Amino acid sequence: MKVLVTGASSLLGRRTAEALLARGDDIVCFQRHPAGLETAEVLGDIRDVALVAKAAAGCDAIIHAAAKVGVVGGWSEYRSINVDGTAAVIEAARRNDVRSVVHVSTPSVAHSGHAIVGAGAEPPVTGRTGAWYAESKAFGERLALAAASGELAVVVIRPHLVWGPGDTQLVGRIVERARAGRLALVGKGAALIDTTYIDGAASALVAAVDAARPGARCVGRAYVIANGEPRPIRELVLGICSAAGLDTTPHQVPRRIALLAGSGCERLWRLRRATTEPPLTRFLAEQLGTAHWFDPRPARDDLGWAPTVTIDEGLERLAEWFRSGVPA
Amino acid sequence: MWHVLERGPRQPLATIVCVHGNPTWSYFWRSFLARLGDRYRVVAVDQLGMGFSDRVPRRRYAERVSDLDDVIAALGIDGPVVLAAHDWGGAISLGWAAAHPDRVSGLVLCNTGIAVPAGRRAPRLIRLAAAGPITDFVCRRTRIFVDGTLALSSKRVSRVAREAYRAPYRHPHDRRAIAEFVRDVPFSDANPSAAAIAAVAEEVRSLRAPVLLAWGSRDPVFNDDFAHDLAERIPHADHHRFAGMGHLVVEETDVAGLVDAWLAERVVCSQPSAVAVSSPVRSGLHRGGPIWAGLEARSGDPSPAFIDGVTGQVTSFDELHRRVNGIASGLTALDLQRGDRVAVLVPPSRDLLATVYGCWRAGAVTVIADRGLGLRSLGAAVRAAHVQWVVGHPSALAAARVLRWAPGARMIAVGSRTVLGAVMTLDQLTASGAPLPPAPTGDDPAAVLYTSGATGPAKGVRYLHEQMTAQRDVLADVYGITAHDRLVAAFAPFALYGPALGITSTIPDVDVAAPGTLTAEALGAAVASVDATIVFAAPAALANVNRTATGVDPRFAKVRLVLSAGAPVPVATLRAAAALFPTAELRTPYGMTECLPVADIDLIAIEAATAQVCVGPPVPGAGVCVGPPVAGASLLIAPLGFPAQHPVGALAVGETGEVLVCAPWVSHGYDQLWRTEHDARPRDAGGIVWHRTGDVGHLDREGRLWIEGRGVHVIDAGRGPITPVPVEVAVERLVGIDRAAAVGVGPPGCQQLVIVVEAADGSDGLADDELTARVRAAVAHPVAAVATVAALPVDIRHNTKIDRTAVAKWASALLAGERAKRAW
Repeated sequence: MKVLVTGASSLLGRRTAEALLARGDDIVCFQRHPAGLETAEVLGDIRDVALVAKAAAGCDAIIHAAAKVGVVGGWSEYRSINVDGTAAVIEAARRNDVRSVVHVSTPSVAHSGHAIVGAGAEPPVTGRTGAWYAESKAFGERLALAAASGELAVVVIRPHLVWGPGDTQLVGRIVERARAGRLALVGKGAALIDTTYIDGAASALVAAVDAARPGARCVGRAYVIANGEPRPIRELVLGICSAAGLDTTPHQVPRRIALLAGSGCERLWRLRRATTEPPLTRFLAEQLGTAHWFDPRPARDDLGWAPTVTIDEGLERLAEWFRSGVPA
Repeated sequence: MWHVLERGPRQPLATIVCVHGNPTWSYFWRSFLARLGDRYRVVAVDQLGMGFSDRVPRRRYAERVSDLDDVIAALGIDGPVVLAAHDWGGAISLGWAAAHPDRVSGLVLCNTGIAVPAGRRAPRLIRLAAAGPITDFVCRRTRIFVDGTLALSSKRVSRVAREAYRAPYRHPHDRRAIAEFVRDVPFSDANPSAAAIAAVAEEVRSLRAPVLLAWGSRDPVFNDDFAHDLAERIPHADHHRFAGMGHLVVEETDVAGLVDAWLAERVVCSQPSAVAVSSPVRSGLHRGGPIWAGLEARSGDPSPAFIDGVTGQVTSFDELHRRVNGIASGLTALDLQRGDRVAVLVPPSRDLLATVYGCWRAGAVTVIADRGLGLRSLGAAVRAAHVQWVVGHPSALAAARVLRWAPGARMIAVGSRTVLGAVMTLDQLTASGAPLPPAPTGDDPAAVLYTSGATGPAKGVRYLHEQMTAQRDVLADVYGITAHDRLVAAFAPFALYGPALGITSTIPDVDVAAPGTLTAEALGAAVASVDATIVFAAPAALANVNRTATGVDPRFAKVRLVLSAGAPVPVATLRAAAALFPTAELRTPYGMTECLPVADIDLIAIEAATAQVCVGPPVPGAGVCVGPPVAGASLLIAPLGFPAQHPVGALAVGETGEVLVCAPWVSHGYDQLWRTEHDARPRDAGGIVWHRTGDVGHLDREGRLWIEGRGVHVIDAGRGPITPVPVEVAVERLVGIDRAAAVGVGPPGCQQLVIVVEAADGSDGLADDELTARVRAAVAHPVAAVATVAALPVDIRHNTKIDRTAVAKWASALLAGERAKRAW
């Protein structure tokens, strides 16, 4: 099978490409900068339809992992990359008669600020102010799902809080804050949070590519991917710190205050037109203070996917990775 | 022109015509259309002048009945009809049913009436609304009647539904029929419709079609008395009483679900179901004679039958026997009818024993509520039972009268002092000298028992005489009880068995509502007073006796049997008790209000069974061993959540499922709870009726039953169900953990297992890393989180049953990141 992987320089994109290569698939990567993989590569902008279509030539499937993440930047930038970029991928798939598209999304597209307790992949919601990442991904996901047809099998995968060795998003931020003595938990840190060890997230995308055939049950649907092992957020954060060899006691910030501080930071950073990340946003405070875990059955039943590395094994691997002296 | 709502499949199982009351409309029946419309043709009509049907000149009752006939014909319904009716719709439907008895295949009546029940006046609210010139103002000119009806719901009708109910009645001219309906209520014989309604009230007595009374109990208009009036006219009617629900019962609760189950059972059943026999095993009945036989056998015996632990008063067998017969004769002389219900509000005493056995001898049905219920639930139970008689101390009678537990019931005062409102005192009754009535037979009803339920209002459990005698016989057999035994009942209800078994009994000096306060000294005194051979104590009582014991008590030396039941009995409690009663066997019967005993085990067997499990890795399926079924009882382990409609099948040995029991002493059913009884009594392929205990467990190779928790507490996890007790047993084996609760958080099918333990330091919240790690290592399933609380919610009486539902609620809030507040 020949697969185009967009955004292969990201942790998840890269690991997925590696997993496909390892089992003997043909891979084309598409991203802005060289990914350093031993494979065909097209460098460019994801919004460049002609270029993406060229990269997709002869492909059976596309895994669309390219996106603008984080919290820095304005709506137009997020929209342009995450919505128009997705439209370009769909168009490229159509032009090349690609069989299936696996669109990488995020559970935060359905985030409403309330606790998520064993829910499925709820429909994306839009209309946020701020939280442009989630907002743009929500539009992008709708667009991708709407493209599902008898000819083009589109599946949306929402990996939830992916982490592992080399992860700069979750692990990187927690460790950085812990080192700076600025690690804080919202409330008592009792909210149950499910996460995804990186290997599982990559294998879920591979499973989705395999399952996404026209007429399959998963076509036109979104799936949340997670380990299925929700843990109190405190335990998780301390587990990551401990893997990094840090013995920290996080501050506890009452939920209400965290929400206020999040909103305050957002406004301040917007006023200053800062290009750095604010330490807290309202969205992040909500995410940190409320439960987020999902029903694992749809992914198991429809994609035939189950995680291969447990949270405890993942933390062990992370600790090894830190011990092996990776640049902090 | 008629407005109707209709839903149905191409080939309906039956046609249901729903007739609303005043002042609702077909919208009232939307849950019927939603629930039943996929299999039944459900038609809800708006009566003429009501809802969105045309406004027409005044219709009287007889015209409304023929209107219903017209619309049924116009809808092309020419076959059998199931009628569902509410309020005025009930009288109209009964009118149609009386005129077309061959066309009615079923009748569902919700909070309605056809006549004012004997001894009662018409509902005050309706009388008020119908009082002359007020009617027009209340019903037509203003929305008072429309809005007032919505207020008769026990829970707030949602804003959307309120608007919907008001929608067809916005203007006075829309509401004319509402006033006309009210004026048509026959308060006097002069009312033009009175004769027609009275005629129907008699004609319904010949109805043969199945009838279901689905009743909200908190209806100031059509209260329970109207249901009982209909039940008296239609004795074969099934009755389901929704405790706490109001006039708009269909709006308030799942009446549609009840009707769904009822239609399947009574109206469209594919195979004619055997006439409901709750206990198909009827062998060996009356082996020991009627329930009072043991007492009768010792008539003339001057030895003590009962010693009052508080007053020290001694009652001989001869005296008790005479009192029992005296009460039976006296009640009959007061015109007590066979089957009359008697609320026995008497604390454990000679008078309690005499009253209960006297009632049984007279053929009355005793209504006995557990004191642990508390005053509110006690009142609710007495009210629900619809008693004709109340026996109690003057204070209890006063409470019953003031709180209107039993309006219209005749009262008998315990003691010698006459009280205002009481027809007689118990002593006068005893001395009446009237002849003994004929004795009731085995299939006559004997008792309705109310005990505290795990959730919701207490349920009345009905027993027949033959079930009570079967229970007496099995207890005598299992525990080898003979006339030489003497009993201390530290669990008061057990004192009632003394006379049945023909043995001397006493109750120690302890607050009956708090058996956990029983001291070793009080028990010692009770044991000494009767020279007891048998002690029955609730686990909490036994635990406190262990705590307060100061050493080996010589008074306990002759006790041969210590029984403890009512909740899982901790092994430690039994072990400690074994040291206190050196020559006694320690046994724990397993059972429930609906069936006792189911199984039985002694301490030695518990230790042996537990030791087997402890060897090697923890067995996931283990739990608490309650022993093999007692002789005469059969057990069946059914798949968890088995469908109620199909014959129930058994799982293999070792497989975990719901525990079902069949025995001659299984209770007859539940009182006025048709659906509860239906759901609790499934049949197997051979037609045998089983009782669902609600417990979950498995049978081992030796035929012993292991209990793994309550069915409602099973954790529905993604990898399959997890039963709480084996998990808790594993956790409680850890050092420093006395009590733990295993609960699920999240939606069924993907619940996460959470362990909540009682914290030594009394703090509520997440457990520390060390405790979490220890608990995870001890449990065979993935544990999402471990939390601690200062104290787990336990049943006050037994002190061992954990309210896992409350724990789960608390843990769910904590682990959702919300403010977790303990509800206990």
